[in-house]
Amino acid sequence: MVIKTEGLTKKYGKITAVEGLNLEVEEGEIFGLLGPNGAGKTTLISMLCTILKPTSGRAWVNGFDVLKESGKVRKSIGIVFQAPSVDDLLTGRENLAMHNLLFGVPRGIRKQRIDEVLSIVNLEKRADDLVNTYSGGMRRRLELARGIMHHPKILFLDEPTLGLDPQTREHIWAYISDLAEKECMTVMLTTHYMEEAEQLCDRVAIIDYGKIVALDSPQTLKNKIAGDVVKIKQKVRDVETIKKLEYVKNVQEKDGLLYISIKNASKHLQDLLVHTGPIDFVEVRSGTLNDVFLYYTGREIRESEGEGGFWERVMKR
Amino acid sequence: MSELMNEIEGIYAVWLREAKIYVREKERLISSVISPLLWIFAFGAGVGSTVNVIDGYSYQVFIYPGIAVMAVLFTSLFYGIYIIWDRKLDFLKEVLVAPVSRASVFAGKMLGGATDAMVQVIFLLIIGLFINVPLTPLVVIKAFLMLLLISIAMVSIGLVIGANLNSPEGFSLVINFVMWPMFFFSGALFPVGNLPSWLERATYVNPLTYGVDALRGIILGINHFPVYYDAAIMLLFALLAMAAGVLSFRRM
Repeated sequence: MVIKTEGLTKKYGKITAVEGLNLEVEEGEIFGLLGPNGAGKTTLISMLCTILKPTSGRAWVNGFDVLKESGKVRKSIGIVFQAPSVDDLLTGRENLAMHNLLFGVPRGIRKQRIDEVLSIVNLEKRADDLVNTYSGGMRRRLELARGIMHHPKILFLDEPTLGLDPQTREHIWAYISDLAEKECMTVMLTTHYMEEAEQLCDRVAIIDYGKIVALDSPQTLKNKIAGDVVKIKQKVRDVETIKKLEYVKNVQEKDGLLYISIKNASKHLQDLLVHTGPIDFVEVRSGTLNDVFLYYTGREIRESEGEGGFWERVMKR
Repeated sequence: MSELMNEIEGIYAVWLREAKIYVREKERLISSVISPLLWIFAFGAGVGSTVNVIDGYSYQVFIYPGIAVMAVLFTSLFYGIYIIWDRKLDFLKEVLVAPVSRASVFAGKMLGGATDAMVQVIFLLIIGLFINVPLTPLVVIKAFLMLLLISIAMVSIGLVIGANLNSPEGFSLVINFVMWPMFFFSGALFPVGNLPSWLERATYVNPLTYGVDALRGIILGINHFPVYYDAAIMLLFALLAMAAGVLSFRRM
């Protein structure tokens, strides 16, 4: 067990950000925390990284108690924050050199480590330019490089691809899975991008209001809940009849539309449409984590929900 | 031993970052040189044309130690505002999660601020040579060390304020209430001996008074208290300010 929590709780006054969380993450796993804005993902990660003190409960990272052995925890982890934290007025290489000093990388291997991580994230050519000339994706890659430079056992990534274009995002996914494999690193990441969780994570915990509502591999979660999804708009609303059908797993109603999860659309669609009566609209697609999320929380995660805007961060303080 | 080495490297890393940024942000360097020039040449020469010679020195030379202290005071206190920006832009997070003690982070930042101030001091000492301030090599060394002590104390105060506030506006407000009274009641611009008694008492509780007195004693040989007494009070104040700084950084 690389990460373990027992009844981990964080309260801000009357608001409970994380509530009695029990979690175990195995070595080498890519573990995703999926949830909407304010679900408590960042709070959870901050407690594991010893940035925040839990209100109650305990947690161990790499076998060290986050409260009593925070120094050892910090040495065993790498962190990529949600908000960019590389220094604008330093070059990429200088940022990495500073990290080397702060994390006690032995003198003899510092230069080699810098070259090594720069080549992993393909930033060798721009390493000696000031970071304020970098694009968003390059900054993110630099942060990733920095996070892994001291060879942490566990890498925490808070919304690693927030605000990046799809192409850069896929590159970063590739870097992360490569790293996890090559360095045998455990990765814990938060995201509200469904594709990110689906493509990258071995297991996903869906978090809502500070609690884990579901935890499994993305495929299992989808099979269990989503299957295929039929989205319809009935002329006469009649949910009860549909719910009674044996192949229907779940029915959600949202904005006047019914989201019906069924086992096998190609087999049961005709029969389903017979039972729904006249309809205005129909759409059939394979289930996604989004449907799983909708099932557990009654809400959809929208990409626009992303946090991390400058003013949002300022207001939070 | 390796723990200690780690802390020293942490201090060095934080200081190095501050020093590099200071050199790269030309505005900081320029503004910190221009403002004391204005005080010495515009204020010193202007008021000096109406004020008589004080203790055998022209007014411009008389206020030179006070202006040096002022330059250090302003630069050092205002340095605290960068910690607010660092936190706003999250640059500081990387440092705060590093396996380095907060005391070392504070020490690195504090030395960074003192470096800013001391670059300015070097400029001021060079200017002093051109306006007939009696600077011998020994005086220069003593003055430099005294100004360094003042700078360490004032950077620490600035960092304490910066670490406890969230907005640059709030910082400017608080710092104005700290900076101007400290400056005006320090005897930097006029001899303390001639003041009305209530004002004289105000100057005695102001730690900067002892800094100004020491520096004027070192450079011009005019002092109210023995220089070692001034230096001891300043050292005590600096230690208290640093302790408060470390505590504030731990809570950050």
